[in-house]
Amino acid sequence: MLVTFRESFGVLHGLVFGALFLLAFSGGLYALYSLRLEWLTTEGIQEKVSKLKIWAWSMATIAWLTVLTGTYIVYPWYRAKPPQGTTDLSTFPRSFLLANPNIAGWHNFGMEWKEHIAWLAPVAATIAAYLIAKYGAKLANEPKIRNAVAWFLIVTFGTAAVAAMLGAFITKAAPVH
Amino acid sequence: MTTNSETQIKNGPAAAALLAGGIGAVTYGIFIILAEGIKVVGNVLNWYNPSGNLSGKTGMMIIVWLVSWVYLNNQWKDKDVDFQKISTIALILLLLGVLLTVPPVFDFFIHLIPAG
Repeated sequence: MLVTFRESFGVLHGLVFGALFLLAFSGGLYALYSLRLEWLTTEGIQEKVSKLKIWAWSMATIAWLTVLTGTYIVYPWYRAKPPQGTTDLSTFPRSFLLANPNIAGWHNFGMEWKEHIAWLAPVAATIAAYLIAKYGAKLANEPKIRNAVAWFLIVTFGTAAVAAMLGAFITKAAPVH
Repeated sequence: MTTNSETQIKNGPAAAALLAGGIGAVTYGIFIILAEGIKVVGNVLNWYNPSGNLSGKTGMMIIVWLVSWVYLNNQWKDKDVDFQKISTIALILLLLGVLLTVPPVFDFFIHLIPAG
């Protein structure tokens, strides 16, 4: 059993940062949803808000780490051009996929969508984290702002989920070795 | 509850943050179309060659997002604005940005560009 240097960054990008982000999402969204004056005591709101702030900034940080490692470490390996005359394309995933019309869609649709959509996740997550930090306990009494933050978080999750799902499929079709 | 007795908080900073995100997202979609459809733009946005023009497209999104956030926040930091309207517009722009990342969608717009 051997994990190469490049594969270890793929694991860090997808299985550590990406999976951590997706797993942590639902708990935080529920905590935000339940942040209501009519449901919680003052102490309950304060306690929940302090945890929400940590959660939100952690999510935003993980989202940034995921796209930065993906774009600037793993993606260059994925899209590297093989030297002239190379016949074994197994270490050049983009070229490997494009060389076979049956699996070229994993690049033309899959990677093209993944590389672009993923970057919206950290932007939306940062905005949500900023608003949770700025308004804090006041969110319990500001349903419009709370709902807007929740919608941005849902978009964050959706974009990250699409990117993660496509990443898993692409890695299965043409892994970065 | 202490939150009830506190001074009413202004919603301007929240609206500014959300709208800036929407502007950044839709700008990103436009840069995707321009970079993929116009070779010169694609080359100009190739800020880091190993990652190609993805580096410039995302870099421009971040610049537009942060500049618009600073500008809007300066305009609205001490104000109450029509939050429902602005947050709805922000969410629509964000979803439009998401839509413009889908290859068949940005390909459709690329084919409308004469140089594309």
